[in-house]
Amino acid sequence: MLQGHQTWIFPSRPTIIATATVVGPHEAEGPLAEDFDLVHGDLWLGQDSYEKAEKKMLEEACEVAIRKAGLQKQDIQFFLAGDLLSQIISSSFAARTMAVPFLGLYGACSTAMESLALGALIVDSNSGNNVICGAVSHNAAAEKQYRYPTEYGSQKPPTAQWTVTGAGVALLSSGGSGPRVTSATIGRVVDMGLSDPFNMGGAMAPAAADTITAHFRDLGLTHREYDLIATGDLGRVGHKIAADLLQKHDLEIPADKFTDCGILIYREDQPAVLAGGSGCGCAATVTYGHIFNRMKKRELKRVLIVATGALLSPLSYQQKESIPCIAHAVSIEFSQKE
Amino acid sequence: MEMYFWAFVVGGLICVIGQILMDVGKYTPAHTISILVVMGAVLSGLELYEPLIDFAGAGATVPITSFGNALVKGALSEAERTGLVGILTGIFEVTSAGISSAIIFAFIASLLFKPKG
Amino acid sequence: MSNKKKKKLTPTQQEYQDFARAREPRRPVLTNVLKAFLAGGAICLIGQGVADFFVWNFDFTEKTAGNPTVAVMILLGVILTVLGVYDHIAQWAGAGTAVPVTGFANSMASAAIEHRTEGFVLGVGGKMFKLAGSVIVFGVVSAFVIALIRTIITALGGS
Repeated sequence: MLQGHQTWIFPSRPTIIATATVVGPHEAEGPLAEDFDLVHGDLWLGQDSYEKAEKKMLEEACEVAIRKAGLQKQDIQFFLAGDLLSQIISSSFAARTMAVPFLGLYGACSTAMESLALGALIVDSNSGNNVICGAVSHNAAAEKQYRYPTEYGSQKPPTAQWTVTGAGVALLSSGGSGPRVTSATIGRVVDMGLSDPFNMGGAMAPAAADTITAHFRDLGLTHREYDLIATGDLGRVGHKIAADLLQKHDLEIPADKFTDCGILIYREDQPAVLAGGSGCGCAATVTYGHIFNRMKKRELKRVLIVATGALLSPLSYQQKESIPCIAHAVSIEFSQKE
Repeated sequence: MEMYFWAFVVGGLICVIGQILMDVGKYTPAHTISILVVMGAVLSGLELYEPLIDFAGAGATVPITSFGNALVKGALSEAERTGLVGILTGIFEVTSAGISSAIIFAFIASLLFKPKG
Repeated sequence: MSNKKKKKLTPTQQEYQDFARAREPRRPVLTNVLKAFLAGGAICLIGQGVADFFVWNFDFTEKTAGNPTVAVMILLGVILTVLGVYDHIAQWAGAGTAVPVTGFANSMASAAIEHRTEGFVLGVGGKMFKLAGSVIVFGVVSAFVIALIRTIITALGGS
């Protein structure tokens, strides 16, 4: 149900009955290692290419989520997923294995919440009972496609971010118990003319601020209704800019409840991480791993996840185009009685 | 021993030019290296690169600028012997060792190793 | 260049870019320059050692030692690349590892092993030069032009 300009409200409040997260070695060295379901020490996952390793992570995440929910593959009606590789091959190929009706999505790093919002819309409109929503990214596969060969010696500036190797999925259902999706705000594409691919946080911050502003405006809310507001992968640089932008627009969110998945996933002193994590898997694994665990421990009741995405391609960058960015916000609630 | 000192200083300074191109000029590594190669070729054309090699040894031959110098040197020396066509036949004369060994070692590497990520 | 680029921006975009720039960490240019100097100097020092090794132990002169020296430096670059350490050194050293010929070897070896998954012909063969190619193209084109000018000047009785 549309409310305001760009926000959907889900009166039936679809339930996330299970989540699953699979990550690689770098994420396992980070502070959230305990929150993930499967941790791989091998970046290749025993596959013969990075691309296959990425697909494997998404398949594993789906399997774990289905098993956790006590369901079978055939109980799943729709599978919504996306990734960063050209033609979203990781998601399509995982969907081939799943053999479940599939919608492939591309929203760059915002895909985690794009899929959750659309999944909630499907369940809320009675168009499906069990829907899997997910996103996946792989550091080396993304580096290979967007930047340089992984062993190439190029110095990254302090604003650069590290693509997360990880897959996160949520199983949305019309029944059952678990955190519930209450609303979602679909973002506009915002382009502030920045073109440095080693400063995605700075490029995406206005999109995050725009979507958060729209969410509060459409629903007549303030940050007080939320225990936690997490942006997707702005990193230390972009998150600071987003916080200051919101403050400038009189929507200041207290620092203790405004965080970023890209900051949470790695230790600050982890080598090569620089400004923080990024990628489809960043918001997906941190939300479905860390933040969900905190909700289940009753530490958080209402959270707003604002997944941010930079919609560039290696080609558009080489042709000197600026970076269009987007952010989608999904509100998730876990009340005491459920 | 003096040569070692100047090799370090001159080699280091050429890298400093590269670093400034990357950090201040915001050029990508590929752009930076291409600019340096052209600089080496220009210096060679002005007959300034050979004196630098005599002065700094490996400090001038190891940086990629020497690749530009070697291309010009090969082209010119062949042109002296055979005329204008020598420019085409001579360009890779001096640099052949570098390019061939890089191709061969890189190919062998691809047979034996996978990227570590 | 940056001014020309800025003119195309709307006032909102310009305002945001200034707002964001004030909050971004700067590239540590001075430290980077110092590191590049030290790393680049050290690599050239090794190169000098290799060259002298060939002069002292084999039948090479200072001039002819250049070829085997470059080959050894390239081999070193390739070895450090396949061991997965060149990229880590480069994050510290910046241009210090990119500018020496070892960096040229690194760009080729890293591309070769990276694209092995696309097969030997289209992957290794086709993509080996995806970074090093521009160096060769611009080197050859500029060398051609310069050599042509020099040859014509000589032919006309100059210098």
